[in-house]
Amino acid sequence: MNKNVYGKESWPVLILFILLLILPFFLTRFYIYLLALILVSGLTAMSLNFVLGYGGIYQFHHAVFYGVGAYGAALTITKLGYSPWIGFLVGSLLAAFLSLVMGAICVRLSKLYFGMLQISLGSLVWAIVYRWYSFTGGDDGIHGVSMPDLINSTKGSYYFTLLVTAACLITMYFIVKSPFGSALQGIRDNPVRGEAVGINVKLHQLVALVIAGFFAGVAGVLFVVVDNSAFPDMLFWTLSLEILIMCLLGGWLTFLGPMLGAAIMVALRTFASTFTEYWTLIQGVILMLVIIFLPEGVLGYVNAKIRQLRNVASGGKA
Amino acid sequence: MEFLSSICPPEILCQILVGLSRTTILFIVASGLTLILGVLRIPNIAHGSLYMIGAFIAFSVSKWFGGGTTGFWMAVVLAPLAVALISLVVERGIFAHLYEREHLMLLLLTFAMALVLGDLVKMVWGGAYRTVQLPGSFKGPIPIASLPIPIYNIFLVIIGPVVALGLWLLANKTKMGKISRAAAVDREMVGAVGVNVSWVFAIVFVIGCFLAGMGGALVSPIVNITLGMDHTLIIEAFLIVIIGGLGNVWGALLGALIFGLTQSLGILIWPQFGIVFPYAAVVTVLIFRPIGLLKSTW
Repeated sequence: MNKNVYGKESWPVLILFILLLILPFFLTRFYIYLLALILVSGLTAMSLNFVLGYGGIYQFHHAVFYGVGAYGAALTITKLGYSPWIGFLVGSLLAAFLSLVMGAICVRLSKLYFGMLQISLGSLVWAIVYRWYSFTGGDDGIHGVSMPDLINSTKGSYYFTLLVTAACLITMYFIVKSPFGSALQGIRDNPVRGEAVGINVKLHQLVALVIAGFFAGVAGVLFVVVDNSAFPDMLFWTLSLEILIMCLLGGWLTFLGPMLGAAIMVALRTFASTFTEYWTLIQGVILMLVIIFLPEGVLGYVNAKIRQLRNVASGGKA
Repeated sequence: MEFLSSICPPEILCQILVGLSRTTILFIVASGLTLILGVLRIPNIAHGSLYMIGAFIAFSVSKWFGGGTTGFWMAVVLAPLAVALISLVVERGIFAHLYEREHLMLLLLTFAMALVLGDLVKMVWGGAYRTVQLPGSFKGPIPIASLPIPIYNIFLVIIGPVVALGLWLLANKTKMGKISRAAAVDREMVGAVGVNVSWVFAIVFVIGCFLAGMGGALVSPIVNITLGMDHTLIIEAFLIVIIGGLGNVWGALLGALIFGLTQSLGILIWPQFGIVFPYAAVVTVLIFRPIGLLKSTW
């Protein structure tokens, strides 16, 4: 997250990162927890945006990988009794593996059909987790997952989340900028031409899905680190659409947009729910306004404005 | 009937009947969804909310008329009409301006609608569990095989095919149906020959939502009416529409049959994982027939 994340303008991101490093010294435990939650949701949204925004793949049920990552870690730690560090690895890899299986089944289809098959497979996974009381705890979920001392405190879990998220974002950024990333965006814009110039479209899409599934799994693991729990709502389709809203709100044609979207949504939800019980109504209205008036998202809009101002400024000089 | 119970134990017969009445509810809701998807090409997530609103309005209407037989019939007639009216306002107010957007945006827009409607229901009716009283004549157990479930289930099993036939007649034997099918294929051309396509879309949308309300009203006496009842139903309805073939009403019937029966019989086979069976059935169908069992109108 420290260099080149945002093209030539990496300094705002660097400032943000330093701010996130020192903020916990001035905040109460609740706000540190909130910040960690924003990072986790943001990472999930960005992993979705990797396939949706850059790949143009309608991954409707992305939360399933987030949930499986969380359950994979939580169950390895509580039921199988392995060390948490192994649990973290198992959770992330399990999500990637599930993504490989689901992707292999769905990738033959495109657009809405892809999304629908993906949502039905995801619902199948949800139904199993929701009903398998003896192993997953059913609708109660799993609570009180023990963590290593190093990351057991609020601050410890926050810094762990921050560093892992930063590492994931840098990796994702380099993947986006790599030849693979360019091929993926080429496929999004014109799959037929991609096929014609010799790109294996389905294989590229499958690899992208596995990468996105893996990062969503990492986000799920981080949720367990922050909250010490996992529950079936993490795999329910409504959460998937909430993640989609984050991408849309922040701007899915931008790299960091989904993170911004997640920050707005999580913060709004927290503050709105202190004075009203009708948070979903507010969420719905925001979403409608964004779709109608701001289809490129907040960051997309800001970027466009900055570009416009620059053009005016350079035009004035010339 | 002696014959039936001799080849089939009563508990299985019971589950099949329960499954078939579930099929009817699923079919009525899914047929509305598929109609909207086929003609307007909107994946309407708010459809589930309209189903929920239908059930809540049925509760209120039934209470207003003092429950019993009158209350029930008034609920079944008035609730779908009220839902249709709501949908007309929504369509003219919001959707009509946004038909040109891509599917993903429309999907999210209808999701936003679902969020708003869900909270509005919470404001009006609150979070308590409600139920509608069955009229006395529907309450008793089924006499012929003396099955321990209400006669109402038989009524539902009959209603399903009637609605299917009605929709088929509407789509194929009326001018309105022909125009809407034409508009589904080529909107510009239908507009060019002088039809007001925007209103055709509005009417189809309202008919689809009427069906959602009807599903909600019909299900109201046999389930707990509560917030969140839309969440599982809409996903089920979508899966049914997909395995049946987008926009195909008979496909919705077939999909609902598969879903309803695997659900009720699955519970019999393996109680704990009963809800897994229909999803597994859907996945199996989609692996072999990714674009659905019957012909899609897309």
